[in-house]
Amino acid sequence: MKDRFACARREALFGVALFVGYFLWWYGFGYGLGSGDPENYTYVFGLPAWFFWSCVAGFVLFSAVTWFVVSFFFTDIPLDDEGEVDPRA
Amino acid sequence: MPDWTILVPVAFYLVVVFGIGFYASRTAPKDEKTFMEEYFIGSRSFGGFVLAMTFVATYISASSYVGGPGAAYRYGLGWVFLAMIQLPTAVLTLSVLGKKFAIVGRRINAVTLNDFLRRRYESKTVVILGALCVLAFFSAAMSAQFIGGARLFEVLMGVPYRWSLSIFAVTVVAYTTIGGFRAVALTDAIQGVVMLVGVVIALFGIVNLGGGMESIIMRLKETDPGLITPFGPDGFITKPFLLSFWVLVGFAVIGLPQSAVRCMAYRDSKSLHRGIVYSTVSLGFILLVMHFTGAIGQAIIPGLEVGDRVVPTMVLQVMPPVIAGIFIAGPVASIMSTIDSQLILASAAIVKDLYLNYINPDAGKRGLMQLSIAFTALLGVVVFMVSLNPPPLLIWINLFAFGGLEAAFLWPTVLGLYWRRGNATGALASMIVGVGTYVTISQWKIALLGPRVNAVVPTLLLSLIAFVVVSLLTPKPKEEIVDLFFRP
Repeated sequence: MKDRFACARREALFGVALFVGYFLWWYGFGYGLGSGDPENYTYVFGLPAWFFWSCVAGFVLFSAVTWFVVSFFFTDIPLDDEGEVDPRA
Repeated sequence: MPDWTILVPVAFYLVVVFGIGFYASRTAPKDEKTFMEEYFIGSRSFGGFVLAMTFVATYISASSYVGGPGAAYRYGLGWVFLAMIQLPTAVLTLSVLGKKFAIVGRRINAVTLNDFLRRRYESKTVVILGALCVLAFFSAAMSAQFIGGARLFEVLMGVPYRWSLSIFAVTVVAYTTIGGFRAVALTDAIQGVVMLVGVVIALFGIVNLGGGMESIIMRLKETDPGLITPFGPDGFITKPFLLSFWVLVGFAVIGLPQSAVRCMAYRDSKSLHRGIVYSTVSLGFILLVMHFTGAIGQAIIPGLEVGDRVVPTMVLQVMPPVIAGIFIAGPVASIMSTIDSQLILASAAIVKDLYLNYINPDAGKRGLMQLSIAFTALLGVVVFMVSLNPPPLLIWINLFAFGGLEAAFLWPTVLGLYWRRGNATGALASMIVGVGTYVTISQWKIALLGPRVNAVVPTLLLSLIAFVVVSLLTPKPKEEIVDLFFRP
């Protein structure tokens, strides 16, 4: 059986990468577009552009990327130790 | 006089949930050996959808339904922006803890986070301290949920706060006591669906009432331009404040015992993968829509004093009564499902972690059942007493509880799973330094890293240092522990 913990570690790193990636998107658009005077805001679908790109588009995009990463990079592994019994259990 | 067209759907809903609790308790396996595993984590049998719903329902809770929108009402779109930090937490928690916890949890028969700590560190002090932290901070968290639920009922039925609190508390405590974790997870799944449907109806109704998105946003801007910026009115939401939320409700959520327990309860790795995707989508959706609804509430019904009342008040104004009733059932559902899992964990802390491990290891099934049920009920009563005098914005109580649990558990959990060298003294040092710093800073409002940085940030830094330094200064953990937790 291959190392299940190596797989768990790899997927944990994917999780962290997704977490950081979302942060950059969310923070970048939020403050990048939202820091000026509200008088000069542009709007998308009636919402301030910073809010639309950071929160609405960010949510949709992040969900899609998560689906993609989980479907193509996460592996199925057994969770039970086959044939092994913990002596103290 | 309460409006019956609203009350009937809500009451009907509560009865259904009750029924499921009873049903679950009757179908659960009855043999002695499995009672603990069944009552506290439902025999590790949940599929992807149930895993996602129990994760989401537990996690978003009253802070998203009542507290979050209440704060968004006051601070505008900036608070919605802040709330969206929580979007990637399901991915982070489930992918970092998910598989390792599931494998190790099965290997050592762990049912609670403290089970894991007990086997990983083999230290009585760590377990007792852990159980006490769970009790203390969960009581705070539960009181936030009680207040949230009571606020909804208060507005809904037009009865005084104390009455609504009583009705709410009795319902929740009764069905949790009877059903155990299986009931909790099953009702979470149903409640998750109700929530999703509820928020969509609410948002459309409210935007419509406000005359369309554009005019609502313009009205917010006229009220106070700060409401449509990421900084909030008067620049309340500063960058350090926002970034410390990133730690508090984002990254450090890995350390919450309620996340860990869910990572042990799913069936197979496919369920986990599906669970990650489903929970991200539903979490994001509910967070965005609920907070946004609270924020635009400012344009539709300005001048509410208690921010926490914004969602129920608005729902009653914009929707026909029956629909309003169904909608209110969503938040009620969410709050109930959060509090029931907290009740379960808190009673597990007493019965399993303390009583069964250290006081009476030979307790029989009957005794344990009675004890679990008695403690679940007792905790409910204690929390009820605490909730009798609520603050205007409950979100602060909830966040305090989050921080405390993270201070105690984040590093002992994550480093216990991923760092071989971590040992009991390190874990103990981390818990003591963590909780000590957190309580001290919050109590005396010491600004350790700047005025607007949440107490949890310096706390987690110090407790990390304590864990690593103390572990390295004291002997390695025993070979057999390393083998048990790191053997592939």
